[in-house]
Amino acid sequence: MNELYLNGKFIGKVENPSEFTEKVREARRNGVIPDNLNIYYDKRVEDIQINDNKGRLRRPLIVVKDGQPTLTEDNIKKLQKNEILFSDLIKQGVIEYLDAAEEENAFIAFSREELTKEHTHLEITPLAMVGLCTSLVPYANFSPGARISIGSKNQKQALGMYAINFPIRIDMDVNILHYPQIPLVQSIMHEVSNYNKHPSGQNMVVAVMSYKGYNVDDAVILNKASIDRGLGRSTYYRPTIAEELRYSSGLTDEISIPDKDIKGYKSERDYRLLEGDGIIFPEANVIEGDVIIGKTSPPRFLSSMDQYNLAPSSRRESSVALKHGEEGVIDFVLITESSEGNRLVQVKIRDQRIPELGDKFTSRHGQKGVVGLIVDQADMPFTASGITPDLLFSPHGIPSRMTISHLIELIAGKTGALSSRYIDGTLFDVEPEKKLRRELLSLGFRENGVETMYNGITGEQLEAKIYIGNIYYMKLKHMVANKIHARARGPIQLLTRQPTEGRAKEGGLRLGEMEKDTFVAHGVSLLLKERFDADGTVIPICESCGMVAVHDKFRNKLYCPICGDNVEINFIEISYAFKLLLDELKSLTVHPKLILKNKY
Amino acid sequence: MNKLFKKYEEKLPLKVINDIKENMPKNISEAKLKRILEKTVIEYNKMLVEPGESVGIISAESIGEPGTQMTLNTFHFAGVAEMNVTMGLPRIIEILDGRKTIKTPMMEIYLTKPYNQGKNIKRIALSIKETKLNEIVSEFVINIAESKIEIIFDEVKMKNIGIEYPVIQKNIKTSFKELALSKKGNAIILKLNEKEKEINQLFKIKEKIKDIYIQGVKSVTHILPIKKGSEFLIVTAGTNLKKVLELDFVDKTRTISNNLFEITNVLGIEAARQAIINEVFKVIQNQGLNVDIRHLMLVADTMCATGSIKGVTRYGVVKEKSSVLAKASFETPLKHIFNASLVGEVDHLNSVVENVMLNQPVPVGTGLPGLITKVKRD
Repeated sequence: MNELYLNGKFIGKVENPSEFTEKVREARRNGVIPDNLNIYYDKRVEDIQINDNKGRLRRPLIVVKDGQPTLTEDNIKKLQKNEILFSDLIKQGVIEYLDAAEEENAFIAFSREELTKEHTHLEITPLAMVGLCTSLVPYANFSPGARISIGSKNQKQALGMYAINFPIRIDMDVNILHYPQIPLVQSIMHEVSNYNKHPSGQNMVVAVMSYKGYNVDDAVILNKASIDRGLGRSTYYRPTIAEELRYSSGLTDEISIPDKDIKGYKSERDYRLLEGDGIIFPEANVIEGDVIIGKTSPPRFLSSMDQYNLAPSSRRESSVALKHGEEGVIDFVLITESSEGNRLVQVKIRDQRIPELGDKFTSRHGQKGVVGLIVDQADMPFTASGITPDLLFSPHGIPSRMTISHLIELIAGKTGALSSRYIDGTLFDVEPEKKLRRELLSLGFRENGVETMYNGITGEQLEAKIYIGNIYYMKLKHMVANKIHARARGPIQLLTRQPTEGRAKEGGLRLGEMEKDTFVAHGVSLLLKERFDADGTVIPICESCGMVAVHDKFRNKLYCPICGDNVEINFIEISYAFKLLLDELKSLTVHPKLILKNKY
Repeated sequence: MNKLFKKYEEKLPLKVINDIKENMPKNISEAKLKRILEKTVIEYNKMLVEPGESVGIISAESIGEPGTQMTLNTFHFAGVAEMNVTMGLPRIIEILDGRKTIKTPMMEIYLTKPYNQGKNIKRIALSIKETKLNEIVSEFVINIAESKIEIIFDEVKMKNIGIEYPVIQKNIKTSFKELALSKKGNAIILKLNEKEKEINQLFKIKEKIKDIYIQGVKSVTHILPIKKGSEFLIVTAGTNLKKVLELDFVDKTRTISNNLFEITNVLGIEAARQAIINEVFKVIQNQGLNVDIRHLMLVADTMCATGSIKGVTRYGVVKEKSSVLAKASFETPLKHIFNASLVGEVDHLNSVVENVMLNQPVPVGTGLPGLITKVKRD
């Protein structure tokens, strides 16, 4: 007897398992039971699993009967004429979705040619094996799977145009590529998925060579002239939001230019861009510190009397200003209401991003890299026909990663560009490399894609022939302008008096435990002391009880809160964090006593 | 000549002087020898570690950095008749933590001259292995009617290991004094007393008899004779250094165990120090890494400085630190601080960590030297 489970729960026993599963499948194909149900007969443990719950990954396959696919030419013709839909085929039982479990019972043919009597299913196309992003990698069947995964992951980070109504949308961290191009080397999915309507990269002329060592370790070199003509140029949009909040006391925030006598008033200069309503005007150039939306809030704590005595001076400043290191142009101002009915102001800031050192670029084959150098066109190597590449890619990135598809795309792109057509690089169904080579030859180029090139600086002919062609490159959203960070002096934390952490808070770069050890290992004792001096303080210590004493600066008097003023009190220089440790020990009822000794 | 050497004994270590003595030609002139010694002193001083060099942290970094590259798991040789030994990072952790019980205790037993040539090596090895009665018995026959247990022995096995019947009889006799023993052919017959004529008693005794110790070195569970160069030696799983060294065919100068605590007890702390160095160095070399042995010597010295092995843990080396703050900054800070407050400990800020905490110059490198001058006080 075989046990039967529905969504993992035991529901009964079955006498003839093979017959039972076949019956269920037949019923599903005939539309008697829902098509999202999958059944799996496990011969080893002799049980049947039926699942119709959420969270199973399923994929479509053509049903095969007696070695013949149930999908007929007639079906295909009707599909092309839009007389029937894909969903109709599912209803007819021609196509069905299998989950991972039922796939174990199926025998799936890769192509029509290899169909035999034993086969139960046929792939719609081998491309259906991979997901959407992976199917956008051209010539993917020529590279290791790991690289293809990386390539498809990278494409998700590429800049393009995410929605055509972007000018009136308010989204966080948006990047729009200025001159997106349709890839020269495509797969069928580029057309099917409408990728060509909103592409996210550019076809660049790529030469595989080194240049003064500035493209070692996965770096790439860009042509300055190409950048000036708009290559890799994008715009970064970021919204700032201010809401007139209502508080429980009945008071509200107010969006306006703050009065001068308000608590926390910045400087007049900071408010200079605001218009009468307290909101900045579009197309204003802003830099860090500039107020974008002027706002004041009621005082945080109200005593009972204050409610009747609301001098404007007791309100505090809560404007939205541009943070450290940010700049741009005001793009769009939106005044609306929040879901609570409060006045809501959203301002979009735009900033043009021209490719610079450290910006990240990638091809579709997991060959990502950052810009290592931007070279004037005059200094770029050029071919006999006068072509200068947009991008130089180091050949050392190839052998260990074995991304042959990257190399084939270069030749395919070159052929496509020269013969002004798109090349089909669909997975398992590509235009053969041989054909491309022949075509390239007939176009008057070397069939292997190499060309004689000349040193752009000296004009000398390069000894080696250079592999040059077109590859679709994408700019990724990781840009230096969003990440660059350094600090000499800056804000500190209230509790520990140590520098704050993180770029957003203009924080310091931590010198951690292990870094400290290297200082000690070098014996640079005083340098270490200086490095850790950020929270250094001078505090008075009572020599009698060993605790922190008080220095009354107004009366210039020293006294100890425990022992009085008739004791010897001396100043010591220690880190504030240690004083904090002493305080914490006191809260643990431990008396930390400092015994002072003269150093000399 | 010797007078001259004597003069340099303060300036050079004895080993260097002896080396020079050995390698000098007989008829060397005194002036020339003096020049050589003078030059040696200069070179020797150049090689010394400078005062204030933070050797401890340099050792920690030198061992720790390659340690990150070590493979965590040992290779297991499937099918090879070799014992699996803890190697790699787990073994280093085991040694440096100063664990009392280690995962794979082992001995390498070297043999004296006639025995190490391979003749009878298997028999010698088997005589070291702890043999229990069960291993040489072919069958137990229980006679319920007469309340007898008949133990039939496998004489081939007995001959291989080299066990005689009297030894067995003696060992059974010492464990079960109340049983009557008699020998018949290749069997020993045990007869129960009249008092204990119950059946289950019979079976209980049978099970107990199986575990009777017959001969060999206790706690040596496996043996493996191997050939190393031109001689044979025996590798064992399970250690008992003391008992092994008592055997007369064992080379007492080279036989070694990998259990550090056993070495401390049998051979003393200096031997244990050397064992730590050897064991750690063996692992590091096995991983194809390159760590200067002097770093390991420093660690071993620290672990053995108190006369017993102290692991690099909060119960071992760290516990010996004089500074409260240094101890607290390692592990379980509250425990250390409360204990210190109970006895009123004073931290003199003599070491590195405390001074980093207070942001004072650490007493290493440039922070070590001070100025000696008289300060006028008014």
